[in-house]
Amino acid sequence: MALTPATDLGPATALVCRECGTTRDLGPFYACEECFGPLEIAYDFQGVTRESIASGPRNIWRYRGLLPVPANVADTPNTEPGLTRLVRADNLAESLGLQSLWVKDDSGNPTHSFKDRVVAVALAAARELGFKVLACPSTGNLANAVAAAAARAGIRSAVFVPSDLEAQKIITTAVYGGTFVTVDGNYDDVNRLASEIAGEQDDWAFVNVNVRPYYAEGSKTLGYEIAEQLGWRLPDQIVVPVASGSQLTKIDKAFQELIKLGLVEDRPYRVFGAQAAGCDPVAAAFKAGHDVVRPVKPDTIAKSLAIGNPADGPYVLDVARRTGGAVEDVTDAEVVEGIRLLARTEGIFGETAGGVTVATLRKLIDAGTLDPAAETVIINSGDGLKTLDAVAPVVAPSANIAPSLEAFRAAGLA
Amino acid sequence: MSVSVRIPTILRTYTGGESEVKAEGASLRAVVADLEASYAGISARILDDAGKIRRFVNVYVGDEDVRFADGLDTATPDGAQISIIPAVAGG
Repeated sequence: MALTPATDLGPATALVCRECGTTRDLGPFYACEECFGPLEIAYDFQGVTRESIASGPRNIWRYRGLLPVPANVADTPNTEPGLTRLVRADNLAESLGLQSLWVKDDSGNPTHSFKDRVVAVALAAARELGFKVLACPSTGNLANAVAAAAARAGIRSAVFVPSDLEAQKIITTAVYGGTFVTVDGNYDDVNRLASEIAGEQDDWAFVNVNVRPYYAEGSKTLGYEIAEQLGWRLPDQIVVPVASGSQLTKIDKAFQELIKLGLVEDRPYRVFGAQAAGCDPVAAAFKAGHDVVRPVKPDTIAKSLAIGNPADGPYVLDVARRTGGAVEDVTDAEVVEGIRLLARTEGIFGETAGGVTVATLRKLIDAGTLDPAAETVIINSGDGLKTLDAVAPVVAPSANIAPSLEAFRAAGLA
Repeated sequence: MSVSVRIPTILRTYTGGESEVKAEGASLRAVVADLEASYAGISARILDDAGKIRRFVNVYVGDEDVRFADGLDTATPDGAQISIIPAVAGG
């Protein structure tokens, strides 16, 4: 896998180790040769203005000048994710005692989760790097996004998931075709297997393994969109679900880039992480004051967040502490209640990760950790239709009646 | 105690490109020392200056992440399969 003179990764200039600072040329690398630390994309941004962004496509490619993708990325077949709704959530705000709340509803993406963003960037970079197959280990949402993006791009996909995944996420991956493997193990087992396969299959781009530095940058678009949709300013507070931690750290990176580029005012913001109690390694480390994250064996209904050994956990701790935020966790019962609360107050049916985020928001407010007077954004990262089992036992029709006016009246529904 | 060790791509410069090598030792610590004897320099990539497994390296003996077992003191029975894997994956 060698770069050719035709390789175009846009404003990306190099890969830099986040741990030790060692720099290397752009290529299909993800771990530092010196210390195994994660490699990050370094950039030289040119000519990105509010106007240049506004004149771009109505999807994430309006920010292509800030991503490791070729200039013509919008012209190649892709799922065109992004520019999802930022919903003003006055009803939810009122029920929680908040003054100003927004929900970034990423269930509106083509395969109904934020994963379409990262996959679109990974696909574009993988093409430039010469890979032939788009692959991933996944807790489900990524599986959907990779299988769909590969189908649209006309290339092979190879997707690996835990065999106990929600039935909805199995079906919504299988429907796109491609190679789709269920593995008898948890996500961390599947992740390990994918890392080993990536070392053997030279032309397979495992989006979140060997092209992870490029892939992860796709989550920056959540941060860019929130700022643009707020009228080019940053919120005071944001609550983000934490699985690997990549989404949270990249939203922070996006905010920092916008400040450096002068596209938003430089003002303080606080970043909060949300986890499920059954998989809370980052929240536990935050509360204990640790800067390392001890892996756990997950046991939660929030399977899309069930990563026991989160790659970016230490960096989530850094961001939360630097910005005056926190990382909190909530029980499965609170997750279910969070899903119902968001649905009943705002008409948004989030998946379990969204329930984690809403429930964490509530817990942070109740604890006085989050300022109820400050403008707050929360992320709903996926669609409740993919995790129906979470709420199936607790929601039901109001009544079952015969098709007659008498029956309607008798049921006391008027 | 002969074990088999899977080598990640970024360490294959030390093993002459081999993705799987044999090593000796009754514990992971002894296995890493034996790897160092055969492939000079490889130990410093896996362990930090304090001699601990680096923050972004995952090591498995069989299916078990050694962080859930006894770390470098984890027993490595004869015939064990050991995998060294960059931790910065997933999500």
